[in-house]
Parts: sequence; C-alpha cells; structure tokens
Amino acid sequence: MDQLGSVGIVSPQLFKFDEPLELACGRVLSGYELMVETYGELNSDASNGVLICHALSGHHHAAGYHSEDEKRPGWWDHYIGPGKPIDTNHFFVVALNNLGGCHGSTGPRSINPDTGKAWGREFPPLRARDWVHSQSRLAAKLGIRQWAAVIGGSLGGMNAMRWALEYPERVRNCVVIASAMKLSAQNIAFNEIARRAITTDPEFHNGDYLKYNSLPRNGLALARMIGHVTYLSDELMGTRFGRELRQGSFERGLEGPIEFQVESYLRYQGDSFSGSFDANTYLLMTKILDYFDLAREYNHDPVQAFRHALSKFLVISFSSDWRFSPQRSEEIVNALVAANRDVSYARIESDLGHDAFLLPNERYEAVFSAYMQGVAADIRTERANSRGGA
Amino acid sequence: MLRLDLDILKQWIARSSRVLDLGCGDGTLLHSLKQSHDIEGYGLEIDAAQITACIAKGVNVIETDINQGLSHFGDDSFDTVVMTYSLQTLKRPDKTIAEMLRIGKECVVTFPNFGSIRARSHLVFKGRMPVTKQLSWQWYDTPNIHFCTVKDFEALCRDMNIRILNREFTTQHSPDRQLKGIWPNLFGETAIYHLSK
Repeated sequence: MDQLGSVGIVSPQLFKFDEPLELACGRVLSGYELMVETYGELNSDASNGVLICHALSGHHHAAGYHSEDEKRPGWWDHYIGPGKPIDTNHFFVVALNNLGGCHGSTGPRSINPDTGKAWGREFPPLRARDWVHSQSRLAAKLGIRQWAAVIGGSLGGMNAMRWALEYPERVRNCVVIASAMKLSAQNIAFNEIARRAITTDPEFHNGDYLKYNSLPRNGLALARMIGHVTYLSDELMGTRFGRELRQGSFERGLEGPIEFQVESYLRYQGDSFSGSFDANTYLLMTKILDYFDLAREYNHDPVQAFRHALSKFLVISFSSDWRFSPQRSEEIVNALVAANRDVSYARIESDLGHDAFLLPNERYEAVFSAYMQGVAADIRTERANSRGGA
Repeated sequence: MLRLDLDILKQWIARSSRVLDLGCGDGTLLHSLKQSHDIEGYGLEIDAAQITACIAKGVNVIETDINQGLSHFGDDSFDTVVMTYSLQTLKRPDKTIAEMLRIGKECVVTFPNFGSIRARSHLVFKGRMPVTKQLSWQWYDTPNIHFCTVKDFEALCRDMNIRILNREFTTQHSPDRQLKGIWPNLFGETAIYHLSK
C-alpha cells in the first residue's frame, strides 16, 4: 500500500450548516454550505485528520480525479496521496472550498435566502477567522476534535496560522508554506490593480453582473494575468518563454502581427481563469488577503500572538518567491522562536517563484515528508500509549 | 560529536533551559539534550540534508546562514548558545562568538585544537597540512578556513573580555590522556570551552 500514487477517483460532498454563523464584520450568515473532498480513512479515535487550506484561487479538489476523463488531477496532487508528503495511508485529509468561494460552497454566486436572488456584491466581507470558524464546524461534523495538522500555502498559510491562534488546543501541527503574517504595501498594490481591472470592466455592473446576465471576463482575465506574473519569477519566465515568438517575424519586409510566447501564455491563463472563476469571489478573496494581520489584536506583536498557539510549526519558503518572500516566512519563524514554540524552517532553492509551493521539488518533498512522517509517528505513539493505559 | 565531548558539554547545560545550537548538524546534540535535560532547543543549519535529518528526528531546526549574522535573535534570549566543531568554518569566528555571547547568557564552544601534537607533527614531519580522522579534508576543499590553537583561542577571549567559566580537553589517543591536563595545547585534540560575558 505504501507505493507513491494517486488517491484515485474522488467525489466532492456538500455539507450543510443550519446554525447561524456570526462573521468578523458583525453580519450573520443564517446558514451555509461547504463543498468538501476527503482522502484516506479517519482512524477510530479521529486523531489523524489533516485540514488543507487553499490559496486565493483554490478549492476543494486538492487531489485525485473526479472521473477517468479528467485531464489534470487536483491542485495539490503532487503532495497528497499514498506515499506522498501528506500520506493518505496515514492521514484522513480534508480539503474544502472556503466560504465565499465559487466552487460549490456558499459565496457571492449562491442564493441569498432573504432575497431569493444571488448574493452578488451583497455577500458579506469575510476574514480568515470566519473561514476558521466555518471549518471548525466542519471538523465537528466529521467527528474531528483536534487536527493532526492544519496545512496551507500562501493565503492558506494565513488560514492555518489563524487556526493555531483561534483554537490552540485543536491543532497539533501547523504547516505554513510561502506565506506571511501580513501583506506588504507592494502586495496590496498588486491586489488593488487586479481589483481595479475587474471593477472597471463595463460588464461588471457594480458587482451585479449576474442580474444583467453578463460576466466581467476581460477584467477577471486581466486580474489573473497580473497575479500570474507576480507568482512566477523573472528567471522562470526567461527560461520558459524567453523572447520566443509564437507568430510573426522581425525579418525585414515581413508584416503581420508579432506575438511573443509569453503573451499567448498569459492570455490563455487569463481566459481559462475568467471562464471558471467568479469576479466577486476574486474581490472578496483578495480583500481577505489584504486585511489579514496575524498580530493586529495582539498589540501588533507577533510574539505575543504566537504565545497563544500550542501547536508545533513547520515553515517553508522558496528562494525566488517575491510575492511571499523568504523574509516574510523568516519573520514568522523569528516570532515563533521568541514565543518559545516548536518550529522548523526550510528555505527551498527554486526558480519557480510563488507557484513553487504547488509544484514538484525534491528538497521540498523531502522536508515536507520528514515532518509529516513525524506527525504520523506521534499519532501511532499516542495511540499505543492510550491503549496501554486503558 | 564524540560521546565524551557530549558528556562534558552536558554538565554545563541547565535542566529545562533554552538552548540554541549553531551549526547543529543532524540534530544529535539537541535530541540528546532534549531527552536528558528536557531543554527547549533550536538548531541553526545551512546544509539541506542535515536540515531534513533534524526534522526527521523531531528537532527544531531553522535554515540559517550563520555568516549572514544573527541579529534576528534578541539579547539574552537563550540560556546557552552552543557551537560544536563549527568555529573553524566561519568567515569571522570573532564576530560570531560576540553574537553568541549577546544572544546567550552563556556559551559553549568546541573546536579542534590545531596546536595538538598530532597536528603539529603532521606539519613538522610530513610537511603537509594536518589531515586527521575527524578532519579528513584536503587543504583545497576544506570548509575549515579558520583553524586556531588553544593559545590562540584564549588570546581572543582576553582581547574580547570573555570569561572562561570552564575548559576541558579530550583526545582519542590514550597515551595523551594523562598529559592533556598538564599541557592542553599540546595534547588536547578537541577543546571545549564554557564562556560568559
């Protein structure tokens, strides 16, 4: 069973929550739904649950395939599966589409029960802590009192750290990859450019595009193109595309359009994204990123914040990631050390930029696997001890 | 790290104290101190394979280039800062020792004594740079760029106003064991120093 492999064919499940959820903004959601996928088996004492927190454009489909015909597996399939770092032979892995998302969970595209119409721009603004609270109810439904690990990259890393602070006794390990305690001004600026691209698209209709039966495709595509450039490194774009032409020529006497490979690549990325993602969700998610500040309510002191955590931490960064640079991760690590929390940190050499956290990398896999094997070993030890004591 | 060196070093570590290990290797020392002294420990390491080995042991390890400075650690934020067999690999050992004494209330430093008779005779009789079992590199590929003798090290301590709380010397050669107490710079192969400001 230990061979490296895929979790195979998986099907998402919709979980309904009827209890009202009070949000950080003060508004209340009378109920909500979360689209969830799980991989592996929950053990009898429910101690092997692992929560996967997705990034800006992520969703519940983190591993495996929905059908034989699906071309690409879930977004983190490199790292979730039998024999992989998040080993489904040991862990019961829970991946969900976060509240506010557009892949089946309650979000701007869902029906507002008060009006009978899609929420659209009326959907309440969310914070990472709202995700944590909604996820905590999901944990309760699954019978998981304490996560063996809460894991996330980028925005998902913020979600994971918030878990460790909101419910310290319910997180044994917190894995924070290519993330930050708060965004820099430059980062917020990129998000604002992306939002501006969406909101100035004439098809946006002030967020009510669904009422007008339209979609701000251009704006959303442009937002994604901007984002995508910042997720890659200059080096990677140089090696992958260089100045290669997709069509046309600079030869004298030749007319006709000239197109660089990188232009066509970006256009493809933008177009495919704008066809599958909701513009209001994009605005909402980028705002959650911008507003996140781990230590805001701890006197802006991250050391004080992390003193509330009880979990162990693994922090990973990537050398060429300039959107969530290694320095941001090192700030997390320094605060954890000063707060006397268990933490390990690896700065992975990679030229893949921010996207490196999703892609294969031998050293990243080795570090991640070594840590998660320790988590699995701790579960085995604890179970053996409790059996011995019983 | 040799068993004997480890036992000596352990006497100077307080139970349940906070320990920072510079150049912690595969985490053996911190793992052992965690078990014997229930310490809260962190290791700094730069080598990828060693970092993975630490994580596999459950030892806290933080990828750090010690030569880039340690300014992110607060003054007196650790009870003891340890550095075993890494002094000679540093770009500026004096600056790192100053940092260790700023971060830690006390420090433990171990290094190979280049004044030992084994090292001296290698140079005198063979006319070659010393190559020993513990330091098996050739001069051109060695990461050990700043060797010193016991006398050199103590001169540096004097210059930097560092207090030597304890010092011990070990050797793997049994005839030298009696003599290292009397003449450490000649018969001690490994020097182990316990320091404070």
